[in-house]
Amino acid sequence: MTWISVPAPRDLAEALGDVGYLADDGLATAAFLALRMHRPLFCEGEPGTGKTSLATSLARALGVPLIRLQCHEGIDATQALYDWDFPRQLLHLRALEAASKGDLDADAAEQSLYTERFLLARPLLRALREAPCVLLVDEIDRADDEFEAFLLEVLSENAVTLPEIGEVRAQVPPLVVLTSNRTREVHDALKRRCLYHWLEHPDLAREVRILKRRLPGVSDRLAAQVANAVRLLRAAELLKPPGVAETIDWAEALLALGRTELDAEAAAVTLGAVLKYREDADRVRVDLDSLLAG
Amino acid sequence: MVDPVPGLVGFAAALRAAGLACEPERVQAYLAAVEHIDLTVPDQLYWAGRLTLCGEPDDLPRYDDAFQAWFTSRSLKHAPRNTTAQPRPSVIAAMLPAQQAGESGSEPDELGVAASDTEVLRHRDISDLSAAERAHLRELMNLLRPDPPMRSAYRKRPHRRGELDPRRTLREMRATGEPIRLRYRRKGKRPRRVVLLVDVSGSMSPYADALLRFAHAVARRTHAEVFTMGTRLTRVSRQLRQRDPELALAAASRAVPDFAGGTRLGEGLRVFLDRWGQRGVARQAVVVVFSDGWERGDPGLLGEQMARLRRLAHAVFWVNPHAGRDGYRPVQSGIVVAQKHIEKLLAGHSLATLEELLVEVRRA
Repeated sequence: MTWISVPAPRDLAEALGDVGYLADDGLATAAFLALRMHRPLFCEGEPGTGKTSLATSLARALGVPLIRLQCHEGIDATQALYDWDFPRQLLHLRALEAASKGDLDADAAEQSLYTERFLLARPLLRALREAPCVLLVDEIDRADDEFEAFLLEVLSENAVTLPEIGEVRAQVPPLVVLTSNRTREVHDALKRRCLYHWLEHPDLAREVRILKRRLPGVSDRLAAQVANAVRLLRAAELLKPPGVAETIDWAEALLALGRTELDAEAAAVTLGAVLKYREDADRVRVDLDSLLAG
Repeated sequence: MVDPVPGLVGFAAALRAAGLACEPERVQAYLAAVEHIDLTVPDQLYWAGRLTLCGEPDDLPRYDDAFQAWFTSRSLKHAPRNTTAQPRPSVIAAMLPAQQAGESGSEPDELGVAASDTEVLRHRDISDLSAAERAHLRELMNLLRPDPPMRSAYRKRPHRRGELDPRRTLREMRATGEPIRLRYRRKGKRPRRVVLLVDVSGSMSPYADALLRFAHAVARRTHAEVFTMGTRLTRVSRQLRQRDPELALAAASRAVPDFAGGTRLGEGLRVFLDRWGQRGVARQAVVVVFSDGWERGDPGLLGEQMARLRRLAHAVFWVNPHAGRDGYRPVQSGIVVAQKHIEKLLAGHSLATLEELLVEVRRA
């Protein structure tokens, strides 16, 4: 499938399915509208519901590059947009100086410093240049308010002006996926620009299908057992309920050990693949049998 | 074919009445989204609205209800919003005793008397105040100017000392080609997050209003996160962020379903840590728990959760209004188990002690 020719949400869901991402109606509609309306898609949800892998899968399904911007506290324009390669500029200046033997044209030297050669394009600038592409802005809730405002400006214009070089405008607006874990309230102005999607854990049948798709070697029985056990774990009020990634890890671990079914003994030795806190593991280990019977 | 736009805009208005924000931009996006989908498929209609008109998980159940009501029966009642304007507080009003605030014709030494009254009021127990004194206290609360605690930032800023800043040094070099003036940079300061957990159970009800006002003052200035705990946990940060204290308080109390109910501190704390704290809200934050520590639930659970909170947070304070009383001993079940996981147990029964708390938080 190409960038433009997505006739309906269902076709996008199919294309995503072909690359191993099983989207439900809501998610398919969300991604479809984001593509059609040229609006960023703002994804929130429990950790491990597939927010980040949505972006990677969209890129693969649409056959375009994925450009990722990981947000963190204190991220600023030089880390997100572009920066100049100062050490190389300095060396270049020295080289010019040596070559000119004291007869350096300051203006020309300065101009030669701010050219493509010394430009370090960071994810946002790359996304504008390489569009069509999928731009993943991961964990926007970790960045600061000022950065959100800056991002809003870039996303609404799909262009930036670099004082030394001029305007860079995207030929086609990139498909932008923003993810947030809700550690902080993202500003309304940014949210208003976006389509908002809340991701839930997949239901049992979908999770079984995800397992089958991602791990071709897994049997129907094992996939159903693992998915069911994970569903019960999510209901068990743990410190860290397992996400889809943990489900896949768990099934993979069982496969690697040559297990064909999930019994108490197999579960006990592979529990570390699915539970990441000692307290959780202790609690689950006590009534492992009832978990597997359920 | 009937023009669908009035119906869709009407739906957006119904959502607004149900409490969603639904700004004009969102409605525009909604109408634009509808262009791209098949209107006759209810699922697609549902998703087009949900993706464009909602903005947070709390919106989703309200959206579902409104969608049901509007596109199936169309019987939703429009509830008018309560927007009564309140007079703005002023410094003078706060200096005057409540009965005389707003009256003219004061005698010369009245201000002096008023100031000493205010001083007394600052130290009085909030639960013993008369209605007029409470009104006066509210004005004083509005004048609080809390500063957030600071932490060191990741980003470096220009400074006279520190490490060499190659970027700015190079800029200086452009004219001469020599690094005549070296430029430096070092890490700046950023505010540290503050989290307030306010117990609104029955035993705390004499203090609940004052503590929420206090939380409003803090949240407005420091972008603190505020949650209420009773039989369940409610996040009120959004409601408290608006400027006007009366509107903010009204919004917050509408949001809290369990005022003056029972207390299950351990349970509430667990929900807070699962849903918010562990993901980042409590991480390296200064957390203040306002509670008298009368735990109706399992104290073991509370101890466990307090230990968890302590591992996540930068500092944890416990504020108990009763701790200011003479002869107070920390014997309540909740306080006993919590005590070894907290930085400090503070009083917080009067304005003066709340001001002390602000100092402690800033220093943390």
